[in-house]
Amino acid sequence: MNENKPTDHSASKVMKLLLGDEALALGAINAGLSGAYAYPGTPSTEILEFVQANPTARERGLHSHWSSNEKTAVEEALGMSFCGKRSMVSMKHVGLNVAADAFVNSAMTGANGGMLVISADDPSMHSSQNEQDSRFYARFAMTPCLEPSNQQEAYDMAAYGFGLSERLRIPVMVRLVTRLSHSRAQVATEPEAAAENTLSYPQNPRQWVLMPGNSRVRYRELIADREKMEQESVESPFNRLSQGSDNSLGIIASGIAYNYVMECFPQGCPFPVLKISQYPLPKKLISELFAKVDRVMVAEEGQPVIEEMLRGLLDTPSRPVLGKLDGHLPRTGELTPDSVMEALVKAVPSLRAGSVEAPAASSLQAELKDLVVARPPALCQGCGHRDVYAALTAAMKMYEAPKVFGDIGCYTLGWLSPFNAIDTCLDMGASITMAKGAADAGQHPSVAIIGDSTFTHSGMTGLLDAVNEDTPMTVIISDNLTTGMTGGQDSQGTGKLEQICLGLGVDPAHLHTIDSLPKTVEEMKSLFLSEFEHKGLSVIVARRECIQTARRHAKKA
Amino acid sequence: MKCDIILAGVGGQGILSIATILGAAALRENLHLKQAEVHGMSQRGGDVMSCLRLSSDPIASDLIPTGKADLIVALEPMEALRHIGWLSPAGRVVTSTVPFVNIPTYPDTARILDTLGKLPNVTAFDMEQVAKEKATLRASNMVLLGAASPYIDLSPEKIEAGIQAVFGPKGEKMVETNIAAFRAGRETALSL
Repeated sequence: MNENKPTDHSASKVMKLLLGDEALALGAINAGLSGAYAYPGTPSTEILEFVQANPTARERGLHSHWSSNEKTAVEEALGMSFCGKRSMVSMKHVGLNVAADAFVNSAMTGANGGMLVISADDPSMHSSQNEQDSRFYARFAMTPCLEPSNQQEAYDMAAYGFGLSERLRIPVMVRLVTRLSHSRAQVATEPEAAAENTLSYPQNPRQWVLMPGNSRVRYRELIADREKMEQESVESPFNRLSQGSDNSLGIIASGIAYNYVMECFPQGCPFPVLKISQYPLPKKLISELFAKVDRVMVAEEGQPVIEEMLRGLLDTPSRPVLGKLDGHLPRTGELTPDSVMEALVKAVPSLRAGSVEAPAASSLQAELKDLVVARPPALCQGCGHRDVYAALTAAMKMYEAPKVFGDIGCYTLGWLSPFNAIDTCLDMGASITMAKGAADAGQHPSVAIIGDSTFTHSGMTGLLDAVNEDTPMTVIISDNLTTGMTGGQDSQGTGKLEQICLGLGVDPAHLHTIDSLPKTVEEMKSLFLSEFEHKGLSVIVARRECIQTARRHAKKA
Repeated sequence: MKCDIILAGVGGQGILSIATILGAAALRENLHLKQAEVHGMSQRGGDVMSCLRLSSDPIASDLIPTGKADLIVALEPMEALRHIGWLSPAGRVVTSTVPFVNIPTYPDTARILDTLGKLPNVTAFDMEQVAKEKATLRASNMVLLGAASPYIDLSPEKIEAGIQAVFGPKGEKMVETNIAAFRAGRETALSL
């Protein structure tokens, strides 16, 4: 299992149609996973959902409960690794920010049982607030990083990654991107799952206690281990340099970008291509490519991580480098086969020869402009957030400059018309803390609106700050009893929100619960108005089950 | 064999089940397949699109290059137009003519249908009507699949087996209704 051999896709394999997320999850189960941890976030959610539904996982009782947030999830997975078992933790890219303290320091403690930290990036921001590239985190923490280019590799990399993690005794990052996470293909899978590891403790117990004296020793080792990690990358079955007939250009293609490059050359690529799917970068292979070709194009999904390293601060690589920083490829948004083809044609104009016929619709372009209009997402009909916003916007009309601090979830859609109800959206939990800062600055009314799952993810700690100062602000927890935007996963605070607030010290006289229904809009509005006038902290829990999960529950019943 | 299909619609209309059924059918035929879709925010009533690629040879990209799609299959006419840049010169559009109006700025439907009509290969009809007559309104997506099926290199029996596989767990009645809708869509398309 732990050898650097390409996986054998022989007849004993079972073909399955899997999303990239699912392939990775099944690969992990089949490689002897003992526990999966996660907080839902597009495009990573399907990883844990797959483990929750998988018969082998259920039979073995593998851990697959949602965690309160990404930081708790990483720590739980590391605890399992400490005990010698194979664990994985999955999140979306911005979730890794929440988990960064745990992740970066887990490179210092190292892993005992194999541990995969899966971070799914969302270039083009289909369902996210930024385009950050998780590979920076792997480099920063100094862990290896795997970046599958297709579903089969996602599957194979689970077993390989566990092996790598156990060889190097360090957590291994797996970086996914939307177009792999949410794309299906056939995958050759093992018919049976390997046995789980038995309980065993770290051979280097000092390293797990990150006191300065221990950390200084460990940090030197971690730096020294970079050489081993790089050697693994050079020998990796997922990194390979293929020869070409034309050395005027060489291409470095990482992860899913490799597919777009290959799509441009159905008859085979004439240029040497270095496929990168494992980091740290294999310097030896890159040197070989640079020695061979006149110029090097870098195609990578996300931010120009490889390209910046090759260019260096002074932009003096030994061969000209083409990529996102010189405009060959777009600097923002995800790559497409079109943008990669365009870049190749810019670099090698002769590739345009034999160019294609105009697409069928090319004569219609002018007409299309006003015939195709944006269709933004919207809150569902029958959603309780709608009624909360109806009441809130009505209450706000009584004030000259009310401010509402929003958060991450379906209710962020309250920014759009007809509600236009929120002023900010930053990160998970920021509604409460930004409302507090604004109230500290003298803003009145200062209102936070946050969902139930986001509240237990990162809102509770901020609420304690407001409790301790009895900050004059109003927190509305719009509780739909689920994690709605990602498709209705269990919410960790369901049934406990009022107790949590009271436990944190919210004044019972200013903690209210109300149903969020069309018929209670007036009542909600009055409640909001009276609490805005309270010169201290108020919390209002407005509750109604998500219409999507309610329909599912009705069907089951 | 190679068939690149753009599936388009509005979140919640059921275009992803079309992809799942064709996927199940393609797997039985030992075809290569890639199907990219977007989950999350856009599923809340926004426009959704999925790239479905079937081929007897290995497929590189999960996304279809623009101007290369053999078929645009849409449950909504404006959504068919939104992705028209993907259509290859010989490609075909199969779409329902019923607009899904959930925005105040929805353009004039007659102009949308008129523009679609200027394309060389178009199959367009009221799929909700056919679904209501021959099955149930909720099976409109299977009428669409049926209407697209003559232009996909998979036998209708194989696609029906895919419907069986996907709806089987929900009961035999569900399977029958969806197969009826599929057949009605196919017949209507072939009779146009």
